[in-house]
Amino acid sequence: MAVNVITPGLSTTVQDLGRPGYYHLGIPLSGGMDRFALRAANMLVGNDEGAAVLEAVFMGPELEFTSAATVAITGGDLPPKVNGDERPTWEAFPVKAGDRLSFGYLKSGARAYIAISGGVDVPVKLGSRSTYTLGALGGHEGRALKAGDSLPLGKGAGGKGIIPANLRRQPGNPAELRMLPGLYWHRITAEAGRQFFADTWKVAPEADRIGYRFKGGTALDFVPREQPFGAGSNPSNIVDACYPYGSIQVPGGTEPIVLHRDAVSGGGYMMLGCVISADMDLIGQLQPHSPARFVEVTMDQALAARADRQAALARLRAHLGR
Amino acid sequence: MSIRFSFGGDEHIFAEVSEDMSLEAFFTSLSMTNAVRAAGIKGVTEICPANASFQIKFDPDRIKPGDLLKELQSMEGAASKSDATLKTRIMEIPVLYQDPWTHETLMRFRERHQNPNATDLEYAAEVNGLGGVDDFIKAHSSQPWFVSMVGFVAGLPFLYQMVERKRQLQVPKYLRPRTDTPKLTIGHGGCFSCIYSVRGAGGYQMFGVTPMPIYDPSQKVNYLQDEMCLFKPGDIVKWKPVTRDEYDAAIEAVEENRFEPVIRAASFSLTEFNKDMAGTNAKLMEALHGR
Repeated sequence: MAVNVITPGLSTTVQDLGRPGYYHLGIPLSGGMDRFALRAANMLVGNDEGAAVLEAVFMGPELEFTSAATVAITGGDLPPKVNGDERPTWEAFPVKAGDRLSFGYLKSGARAYIAISGGVDVPVKLGSRSTYTLGALGGHEGRALKAGDSLPLGKGAGGKGIIPANLRRQPGNPAELRMLPGLYWHRITAEAGRQFFADTWKVAPEADRIGYRFKGGTALDFVPREQPFGAGSNPSNIVDACYPYGSIQVPGGTEPIVLHRDAVSGGGYMMLGCVISADMDLIGQLQPHSPARFVEVTMDQALAARADRQAALARLRAHLGR
Repeated sequence: MSIRFSFGGDEHIFAEVSEDMSLEAFFTSLSMTNAVRAAGIKGVTEICPANASFQIKFDPDRIKPGDLLKELQSMEGAASKSDATLKTRIMEIPVLYQDPWTHETLMRFRERHQNPNATDLEYAAEVNGLGGVDDFIKAHSSQPWFVSMVGFVAGLPFLYQMVERKRQLQVPKYLRPRTDTPKLTIGHGGCFSCIYSVRGAGGYQMFGVTPMPIYDPSQKVNYLQDEMCLFKPGDIVKWKPVTRDEYDAAIEAVEENRFEPVIRAASFSLTEFNKDMAGTNAKLMEALHGR
C-alpha cells in the first residue's frame, strides 16, 4: 500500500500535528500550518485526527495509488481530480489501485491537506512524522516530495462524509489576525503602536512555513535608548532571545514577520507580541499580496477565541458522528 | 536583577533576565529553566533557556496563564541566589579560518555588507581595532567560549567569549541578511559567535568553517547517535585553528565516520571565573588537553 509521486507540486510535505519538546535545541514544532483543515481531512477519511497527511502549497501534486483508499482534500480550494474527473473538496471520495489524483488551479486559500485512509506511514522521528525541511528532519527523507518518490500508507478502514461550508474556517478579506501586544512592545512609540493596528498590510512574497512577512505598512518609530551590550547596533536589535510561535518580529522596524510552524527558535530582533493561537491556522491560508490587519486583543479575548476554535472542532466531530 | 515577564500570546511566557548580555544573566536564565523543569508544572510543554532570557510554552487548557506566571515569579528569588556552578564539558572545535567556501559566499553578498571592499574578517579586525586578520584570529581562538543558547535552527550554538568585557569581540551583523550561508560556518554577530549547523539564511559575519558535524538528523555520525544535536547550554568551546591539510584530513575522517571530537568533562564556577578569568581558562585548557 503506497502512493507514488508522479509530479510533486510546488512544495508538498508530509505533516501531522507536530513535534513538541525540542524547541530548546532549535527544532521547531512543524506540522500542518492549518491544523483545523488537517484534522478535518483526517476525520473525513476515518483516520486519527493527528495522522500524517500531505500539505500542498499553491499547486497540487499528481499522485498514483497502488491500492484502494479513501481520500479527502480540505483547506485552500484546490480542486481534486481522479483520472481527470473533478471531485469535491471537504468531502471523502474513494480511489482504486492505479487511479491518479491530480489538481486544478488554486481558487482560494494557500494550502490544501490531502488525507488518505490509513495515513502516510513515514518513519516517526522525535515523536512525529512532520517534515522540518530546514533541518532535513522527519517526513519523507526530511524534504519536500520529488517525482519518483513512493510513500507507504498505513492500514485504515476509511470513512465518509461532507463538511458543509458553514463548518469550515477561512480567513476574511482583509484577514484579521488577532494579536496580544507584549514582549518588546515597549520599544516602540505609542503613535507607532496605534499606526501598526491602523494599517492594512499585504502578505509579501517571502511567506513560507518558517514565517510570513508583511509589507506596505508604516515603518516603526522606536523609543530612543542606548543599545544594550551584545544586542547589536540597530534599534530593532535585542540580545538574541527565544522567539515564540506567532511572534511578530520587525527587523529594522519595517516589515513584520510572523513566525509559524517551522519557526527559527530565536534571534536578535525585537517582537511586538504574538498572533493568538486561534488565528495561526488562518495565516497558513494567506496568499502573497493578500491584505491583512492586526487586531489588538487581551488575554481574556485570546482565551475566548481559543475556546471558540475548540467548539468549532467539536461541531465538526459531532457532524461526522465521531 | 529583576526578571521582566511578558505573555507571548496565549501559549508562551517570555522572561527577560537582563537587556544586556552577561554570564550572570545567563546563569539566572539557566537556573530558572532548571527549576521549572524540576518543578514538573502541569501544562508546561517547552522550556527554552536563552542568552539573557528564557521562554516557557504552555497549554492554557491545562494551566491558566496567570497561575503559571505567579508560579514562575515565586521561583525568581531562589534562582538568583543559586550557586552559579556547572558540571559541564569542554570541547575543541577545529576551524579553517579564511576558507574558500565562506569566501565565495561573502563575495556573492558584498552589497549587503558594511564594507564591500573588505572581507568579513578584515572588517571584523578593523572595527575591533586589531592590527589585521591574523591578530583577529588570535583574539578569536586563544580563549574559550561559553555556549549560552542553542537555537535559531536545529543545534546551532550561540557562543559568548570568556574574557573581560572590554576584550570581547563585537561585530555588527550584515546590513541585510544573506539568503545563503555554508553549512558549519563559524559566524559572529554582536558579541556572539555561532556555528551554522545547516546551510541557509544568516546575518552573522563569516570567519571560517569547521569540518566537524554538530547536527545529524539521520543519527549516523558516531558521536551524534544518541542526540542529534551536539551542543547544550553551558558547554564550553575552544576553537583550534587548522590548516587546509588538517581540515581535509578531518573531512576524510568524518566521511569514514571515524572522526573523534575532543570532549572532556569540566567544572565551571562563575564566582571563580569573575575572580580570575585567566586562571579559570588555564584550568579549562588543562582539562581539555588532559594534563
